[in-house]
Amino acid sequence: MDEIVIRAEALKKIYRMGEVDVQALRGISLQVKRGEVVAITGPSGSGKSTLMSILGCLDRPTSGDYNLDGEQVAGLTDDQLASIRNRKIGFVFQSFNLLQRISALGNVELPLGYANRPDEGKGRAETALRAVGLENRMKHRPTELSGGEQQRVAVARALVNEPAILMADEPTGNLDSKSGQEIMDLLLRLNRAGNTTLLIITHDPRIAAQAQRTIVIRDGMVEEKML
Amino acid sequence: MKIRRVILGALSILVGNKLRSSLTILGIVIGVAAVIAMLAIGQGAQNSITSSISSIGTNVLYLSSGSSPRFGSGTSTTVRNIRPLTMADAQALNNPFQAPGVLAVAPILTSGNISASADGQATTTTVYGVTTDYFSIRSEQVSEGAFFNNQQVNDHARVATIGADLATTLFGRTNNLVGQSIRINGQTFTIIGVLKSKGGSAMGSSDNQVIIPITTARDRVIRRAGDEVDTIYIQATSANTASQASTQVSNIMRMRHHVAVGSEDFNIFSSTDLQQTASSIINILTIFLGGIAAISLLVGGIGIMNIMLVSVTERTREIGLRKAVGARNRDILIQFLIESLVLSLLGGLIGVLFGWLIAVSIGWVASALGTALTPSVSLNSILLSTLFSAAVGLFFGIYPARRAASLEPVEALRTE
Repeated sequence: MDEIVIRAEALKKIYRMGEVDVQALRGISLQVKRGEVVAITGPSGSGKSTLMSILGCLDRPTSGDYNLDGEQVAGLTDDQLASIRNRKIGFVFQSFNLLQRISALGNVELPLGYANRPDEGKGRAETALRAVGLENRMKHRPTELSGGEQQRVAVARALVNEPAILMADEPTGNLDSKSGQEIMDLLLRLNRAGNTTLLIITHDPRIAAQAQRTIVIRDGMVEEKML
Repeated sequence: MKIRRVILGALSILVGNKLRSSLTILGIVIGVAAVIAMLAIGQGAQNSITSSISSIGTNVLYLSSGSSPRFGSGTSTTVRNIRPLTMADAQALNNPFQAPGVLAVAPILTSGNISASADGQATTTTVYGVTTDYFSIRSEQVSEGAFFNNQQVNDHARVATIGADLATTLFGRTNNLVGQSIRINGQTFTIIGVLKSKGGSAMGSSDNQVIIPITTARDRVIRRAGDEVDTIYIQATSANTASQASTQVSNIMRMRHHVAVGSEDFNIFSSTDLQQTASSIINILTIFLGGIAAISLLVGGIGIMNIMLVSVTERTREIGLRKAVGARNRDILIQFLIESLVLSLLGGLIGVLFGWLIAVSIGWVASALGTALTPSVSLNSILLSTLFSAAVGLFFGIYPARRAASLEPVEALRTE
C-alpha cells in the first residue's frame, strides 16, 4: 500500500511574459502514494493550476523530475504525453467540458477512441456510466442533464480507461453545495472501491477537509501539513 | 483511431451547422458545376461537329484555289499569279492511272445570295452547279423526285433539286413539288426533286439551297471566266486511301499549274483535317472555359479554409479536452482534415449533379433553337472534378487542421 505513484522533484515552471520571466513554480517536490486522496489548495495565483497541468502531463516543467506511476515524464514528446494522459490520468474539470452535440455515452467513449485498445468500447463506457449512477441517462445529451449529472458523466469519462490517477480541478466549483457533496461522495467512493489515487484541486476548505492530506501551495512553493 | 468514427463525427458536426456548411460548400458546388457543364458542352459540341463532318464522309477531299497554308503545314508563302481551278483540272484528276486513290471528282460552281422566287414568294438562296458525281460524294438524298442525270448535264437542262427549307419558304410545303417552276436569278427552272432535310450542321450545308447542272449554272446563274470552277470535291476510294489520294491530287495539280512543292496555288482539305482542326479549337475553348470555372473551385477552397479556421477557434476547448483525454496531434489533424474533406467532397458531388442539370438544360435550349448539341457528361470529367474538389478541400484544410493540432492543451482548456 506504500507504493508511490507520483514522485515530483524540484519542479520549476517559468513563463516568459515578454521581457519578464514569471516563476510560477519555484521548485516543488512532492510524493503521492497509490490510493491516497490528496487535496491541493492555495490562493489564486499560487501556482496550483500550473502544478496540476504538469502533474496531469498537459504541460512540461521547465526543470525538475517527474515520475508518474513508474514512468519518467520529463522529456517525453507530445505524442508520448498524450498516451500517458490517455492511459494513466483521468481529468474532471470545473466546467465539465463535455461535447454538447453527442450523448453522455459518446462523451464517455471519447478516451477509448484514442486508446490503442480494440473495440471493447461500448461495454466499458456503459460500465463507467453505471458506476456513476447514470445508467438511465446514457442516450441523453449534456444539455438535457443537470449540472450534477453532467459532472458525473465527466467522472465516468475520466474513469473509463481505468487510470492510475484521477485529477479533479475544482470539481464542485460550478455546482450547488448539495450536488457538489454528491460528486465528492462519488469520487471518494470510487477511490475506495478502485484504489484510484485522487488529486483534488480546490480552495473550498470543506472539500479539502475530506482528503487524507492537504498540500498547500503558496508562491509556487509547498506548505505541507498532515491531517 | 477508427476512421469511420471520425467521418461520422465530421458529418454530425456539418449537419449540426446546416446553414454554415451549405454556404461553405456553395463555392465548391458552383465551381464543380461550372467545370462539369463546360466539359460536357465542349464534348457535346465536339461530338456534333465530328458526326456532321463524318456524315459527309471521311474520304472526301476539298480542292480549292489560293495560297493560304494547308491545315497542318504551318508554312505560308505568298504565291503570285494564282491559277483558278478549271473543268480540265477536274477531268485530269479523274484519272485512274495517275490518281488510283481517287474514286470520283465533282467540280462545283457555287454562289450565295441568289434570288429565287415561285408562287409570288421571293427569297435568296445558295446555288450549287454540280455534276452527277456530287450527289454520291455528298451522300445527298431526296425526299421526293430525283436528281438530274448526265444527259441533263450535257443538255444544259433547266432542272433543279431544291432544299427543304427553300421549298417551305417558297411553297409552304415540301411535297408535291416535282414539276413546279422556280425562278433562279430570273431564269425559270423546273423542280425535279426535293432534298431530304439535314438540319443544322457545322458544314453550312443548310437546307436552303438549289442544286442545278453545272453547265446550266455557268450559262445562266453563276458567271465565271472560261471553264473556271470554284471548288472540286474529290472522293477517295476509301477512308484509308484518303491521304494517298491527297498526295496524288497534289502531284497532278502541281504539274498542271507548274508550281513547286511549298508554293502551291491550291489547297486540299480533307474532312479529317477539318475534324481535327475543329476538335482542337473546341478543345482549346473547353480548356479555357474549364480553367475559368476551376478558379471558382479555388475560391471555394478558400471559403472552406476560412470556415475551418473559424471552426478551430470556436472549438478550441473541445480540442483541449480531446488532447487531455489522449488525442495525439495527429488525431486532431486528421479530424479537422476529414471535416474539410467531407465538406469539399459533398460540395463536389452536389456540384456534379448541378453541372449535369445545367448541361442537360443547355442541351434542351440548344435543340429548341434548332442546334444539334447534346452535352455529354463523361465519367472522366466527374472523376476529375470530384478528385480536384477533394484535393482543394485537403489543401485548404491543412492550415486550419495544423493550427488545431498544434494548440497547447493547457492553453486550449483555459479558453472560454
